[in-house]
Amino acid sequence: MLNNKQKYIVGTVDELPPGERKIVNVGGRSIGVFNVDGEFFALRNRCPHGGAPLCEGVLSGFVQSKGRGDYSYARKGEILRCPWHQWEFDIKTGQSWFDPVKTRVRAYETKVEAGCTLADAGCEMKEGPYVAETFSVSLDKDYIVLEI
Amino acid sequence: MTMFSSVVKEPKRKTGARFIDCDIHNEVPSSEVLKQYLPLRWRNYMDMVGLRSYHGFANHIPYPKGNPGGTRTDSWPPNGQIPGSDLNFMREQLLEPLNLEYGILNCLYRVGEQLNDEYGAALARAVNDWQIAEWLDKEPRLRASIVIPYENAELAADEINRVASHPGFVQVLIMPRTREPMGRRKYWKIYEAAENHGLPIAVHFGGLGGNATTSSGFPSYYIEDHTNMAQAFQCQVISMVCEGVFERFPNLHTVMLEGGFAWVPSLMWRLDKHWKRLREEVPFLTRKPSEYIRGHMRFTTQPMEEPPVAEYLLQVIEHLGSDEMLMFATDYPHWDYDSPDLTFPPKFPESLKQKIFYDNARSFYRLPDKEEERDDVK
Repeated sequence: MLNNKQKYIVGTVDELPPGERKIVNVGGRSIGVFNVDGEFFALRNRCPHGGAPLCEGVLSGFVQSKGRGDYSYARKGEILRCPWHQWEFDIKTGQSWFDPVKTRVRAYETKVEAGCTLADAGCEMKEGPYVAETFSVSLDKDYIVLEI
Repeated sequence: MTMFSSVVKEPKRKTGARFIDCDIHNEVPSSEVLKQYLPLRWRNYMDMVGLRSYHGFANHIPYPKGNPGGTRTDSWPPNGQIPGSDLNFMREQLLEPLNLEYGILNCLYRVGEQLNDEYGAALARAVNDWQIAEWLDKEPRLRASIVIPYENAELAADEINRVASHPGFVQVLIMPRTREPMGRRKYWKIYEAAENHGLPIAVHFGGLGGNATTSSGFPSYYIEDHTNMAQAFQCQVISMVCEGVFERFPNLHTVMLEGGFAWVPSLMWRLDKHWKRLREEVPFLTRKPSEYIRGHMRFTTQPMEEPPVAEYLLQVIEHLGSDEMLMFATDYPHWDYDSPDLTFPPKFPESLKQKIFYDNARSFYRLPDKEEERDDVK
C-alpha cells in the first residue's frame, strides 16, 4: 500500500484513553503503544541499555533547573523512565535524554484509521493479536494502526 | 487500567554459559510472617518498640531509591506482597529464564543495627529460621547468607554456630556501615566463628543505621549515597588488611557485594606504597597489602562500572592482577539489577566472562558441580 511496512491493528482508539498504554506482541517484537493527549506513539519494549521491559516504566515529565533551588517540570507524561535503571527516553521519538545521539530506542509509526477503510484494505492488512473479540461488530470505530 | 502482564521474563539465555548469581535479595514479607519465627517475648517487643537503629533513621530510609522499595517496577509479585518475598515468582522471573545453577540470597532485614542487642539476636534467629524453612529447604538452587547482630560479636558468633551446619548457608552477612571499621578486634569473634565453619564474610551495601556512606556525613542526594558506597567499602578493605585480620585468621575470606571494583587496583597500589614506608607501624603484616586483598577478597560485579571506552573495563581487571577476584551478581529484585547478557560490553572475552559468571563463585563457595553430579548418576 504505502510502503513495505507491515501494518498491525493494535486496538480501538476508545480502548486506549490519554495517559494509557498497551503492550502488544507483533512481528516477533514486544512494542508499547501510548496515548499521549490523543496522539499515539509506539516504542520497542526493550531498553537498549540493560534489556529491561522499557514500556512498563513510569511515565513522567522532564525536570529542568537553571541552578540550585530552581526547578521546572515540563512535558508531563512524555518522558518514559526505564523500570530498572531509570534511563529517560522521549516517548515521541525514542531518543534518550542523556545521550540522544548514541542511545535511542526504536520508535514505530502509528496512525488512527477508520474501521471502514481497514475493511477495504483487504489482504494488505495483517491483523494484530486482539482483533476478533474486541471489535468484530463495530467497523465504524477508529482503530490504532501500528506500522513496523 | 493495566494492559501488560505482571510477569516479564528475560529471554531464555541462549549462550549455554553456566551461571551463578551471587547477590539475590529475599525479603521478609511482613512483620506478621517473621513473628511466626519469634518467641512471644520478642513478638510483644516488636509490637511495643520495633526496629530501633543505633544511629538515626529508626523508621525511615535516609534516601528514596530509584524506584519504590528500591526495586525493579516489574518485580512486584502478583500476590501483592513485596518484591523478593515470593519464591515462586522469583523462580518464574529469575531462576528459570536465567537458567541459574545457583543463586545466593542476601536478606537485608535490619538485624545488625538494632540498639537492643538481644532483640537483634532474636531477629537474626527468626530471619535465619525463616530462610531455612521458606527458601533453602524449598529450592535446591538457592544458598543464603547467615544474618547476624554484628555489633555484638559474641551474640553474632552464637548465631553463626547455631545455624552454620545447615548446608544452605554459605556465608555470614555484614553491612559496611558498621560502628567501627571492620578490622577492629570487637568483630574478631565473628571472624573466628566464620573461619571455624569455613564460611566467608560477605559485606553487602546497605544498612539504615550507623555511619553515613561517606567519611564526611550524610550527603544531600541518593545519587551521592549510591556512588559513595565505594568509600564505605574501601574503608572496610583497608581496615581488615591493616588490622591484621588475615594474619590472625589465615583461612578467612571475604566478599564485597555491590561495592564496585574499579577502585580496587588504585587502592592496592596506594596501600602497597604506604606499606613500604610505614611497615613498622603494622609489623604483624607479613605480606604486601595487595597480597592479602588478592588472596582473601572477592568482589561482585553489580552495579558494573560502565566506562566510556569498553576496553577500560578489561584494563581494570588486568590491573587487579587476577581474573579470579570478580563474581557476577544481578542484585535482583533491586532497581539497579544487572542482566547477565547485557552487562558486559561486546567483545568481552568469553573465557573471562565464564570465570566471572561461574568458575570463580563455584570455587569460592565450594559449590558442587552439577554437571559432574549428573555424570556420577549416569
